[in-house]
Amino acid sequence: MARNRDFEEQDAAVRRSGRAPVLSVRNLRVFYETPRGDIRAVDGIDLDLRPGETLGLVGESGCGKSTAVMGILSLVAPPGRVVTGEVWLDGEDLLALPEPELRRRRWTKLSLIPQGAMNSLNPTMRVGAQIADVIVTHEGRTGRRNLADRIAELFQMVGLSTKVRDMYPHQLSGGMKQRVCIAMAVALNARVVIADEATSALDVVVQRVVAQTMARVRDRLGVSMIMIGHDMGLMAQMADRIAVMYSGHVVEVARVDQLFRHPGHPYSKILIDSVPTLSGRKPLKITAGITHDPRDPPEGCIFRLRCPLAVDACSQARPSRRELRPGQDVACIRAGEMTEVADA
Amino acid sequence: MPDPLLELRNVSKVYGDPETGVVALHDFSLTIDRDKPEIVTVAGESGSGKSTLANLVLGFVRPTSGTIRFDGRDIVAASPGDHRDYYRDVQAVFQDPFSSYNPFYRVGHVFDTVIRNFGLAGDRAKARDMVEDGLNAVGLKSVDVLRKYPHQLSGGQRQRIMMARAYLVKPRLIVADEPVSMVDVSLRSSILDVMTRLRDEDGISFIYVTHDLSTAYQVGDRIVMFYQGTLVEEGWATEVLSGPKHPYVRLLIESVPRPDPGARWEGEIQLPEEAMQQKARLTGCRFVPRCPYAMKACSDELPPMHAVGTSGHRVSCVLYGPGHDAAGRS
Repeated sequence: MARNRDFEEQDAAVRRSGRAPVLSVRNLRVFYETPRGDIRAVDGIDLDLRPGETLGLVGESGCGKSTAVMGILSLVAPPGRVVTGEVWLDGEDLLALPEPELRRRRWTKLSLIPQGAMNSLNPTMRVGAQIADVIVTHEGRTGRRNLADRIAELFQMVGLSTKVRDMYPHQLSGGMKQRVCIAMAVALNARVVIADEATSALDVVVQRVVAQTMARVRDRLGVSMIMIGHDMGLMAQMADRIAVMYSGHVVEVARVDQLFRHPGHPYSKILIDSVPTLSGRKPLKITAGITHDPRDPPEGCIFRLRCPLAVDACSQARPSRRELRPGQDVACIRAGEMTEVADA
Repeated sequence: MPDPLLELRNVSKVYGDPETGVVALHDFSLTIDRDKPEIVTVAGESGSGKSTLANLVLGFVRPTSGTIRFDGRDIVAASPGDHRDYYRDVQAVFQDPFSSYNPFYRVGHVFDTVIRNFGLAGDRAKARDMVEDGLNAVGLKSVDVLRKYPHQLSGGQRQRIMMARAYLVKPRLIVADEPVSMVDVSLRSSILDVMTRLRDEDGISFIYVTHDLSTAYQVGDRIVMFYQGTLVEEGWATEVLSGPKHPYVRLLIESVPRPDPGARWEGEIQLPEEAMQQKARLTGCRFVPRCPYAMKACSDELPPMHAVGTSGHRVSCVLYGPGHDAAGRS
């Protein structure tokens, strides 16, 4: 892997080519009902996923990133509900489709590597058979030879030896199970793969191997990926662009190099400054977490109660996302005043 | 010379048959001085033996061989009555701040129990002051948390309350087993901050078990790093983590994702098949199957700890033994 991509050039190329995003999310709202009012977990987000890119979706616990993904996949379960929104994939709005149609789209067009994916495997089935099951369920019966070849190819792609096919999940390590889940996510040629904290429970060396596997599969198959996580180090290694969420809102979308070099939103800067490093001790930065009641978000900017730069104007209206630089959109009226972070 | 606070001498723990079983911890020694409170980080991947070490110190498992002394007393041979005294001096904080609570009781119950069990306070007023004091030490106020149920608090708050509970007993050592790994990054600092303040202001030492090397770098004093039950490298955390020597520790540190999109991982790494890892022999260096520098001597016997420099940085690798100079190492 280690593609030290030229982010700027690539970004410009995408713009020139005029290629439409593979996935577009518009005004998605997902609320959870409680006796004391709705929790506005996702409160009107817009996202575009470009062909072949990895879009990182970051933010602290409770910011709504996992709920956003459940909304995109139409997997929100009560007491949650999708209040508004469109999710465009291949010319159709997934949220407008009836459930049986939707079920056909999942895995074939859009698939998920869930959080703690290793616990999502069926403990009573050999892992090869579980992948075969996914293929047969969606495509109907197919020749035994053909099926075996496809599974062998998938296992090879994720770096697992063929004998792993005949093993049960409990015989595999966390990293191996995670790679089985990656194989399953692309078994039906989904063009969009969403990985929800796919490596966060793994040891660092194993995490690196799984991350490399995801990158290899993405590049080989040309899939586009949304990667959810809170590990900014991993995002710096993997993502092309990053969307930063705070309390149900996307407050910034930027190329990964821009976000780390000159974050445009004060919250993005706090996220980046709080990343612990192995070079130079720095004083511990203590942050409060989301401070307001998610049933009753503040008027104006969603972040103003915690923002070091807040001024009176921030409580007047909620800022919309505007272009700060080519490739970097920020929802903050003071974005232009953020000072550059010196290159580390 | 006074007895050290904690002294582990040649401690081993083997699960199963002593000859063929799984070696969870191999021949490990560690001393923490009584008048130099410090945070000793115990690091390594899953299965490295780091939690076994925590459980040995807490008396939850008995060593197969070796001695563990606290304040000069042998804790392995201790009677149940001695154990109560022991837990006044040694407290634990665990990984999961969710399952450490009984969900049916308000948070205050946690403190009531510990005060009663150890007879910490003579009367209610005194108990109240104590709890307030403990919560203040971790940056919380009793009015904000005591009447709440565990589910009404964030993971970071819950873990800080567990620290406050441990603090109430005024222990001399806290064994913290992955205390931040289930807490959101932005809230981790608050727990690490509590640890450093308890060390500096209250003279409490910590055994800090973690797989998160960057937090060890930020707050740890000494670090001991394990691979499959054996100590591979030790020294000051900042020195070991910024200049790792053992090939395994070097791989580990290279793999920590750096928050710099301009410095991405280079080269793909491979993991050996599971079976190969499990077959690691009981003699020789455990890292041989994965080590790019492995030579015949590595499989013959476990390399002793060789000193690197003069500050206590030691590494169990033949590359640093006599007869090998710095050539070929980075």
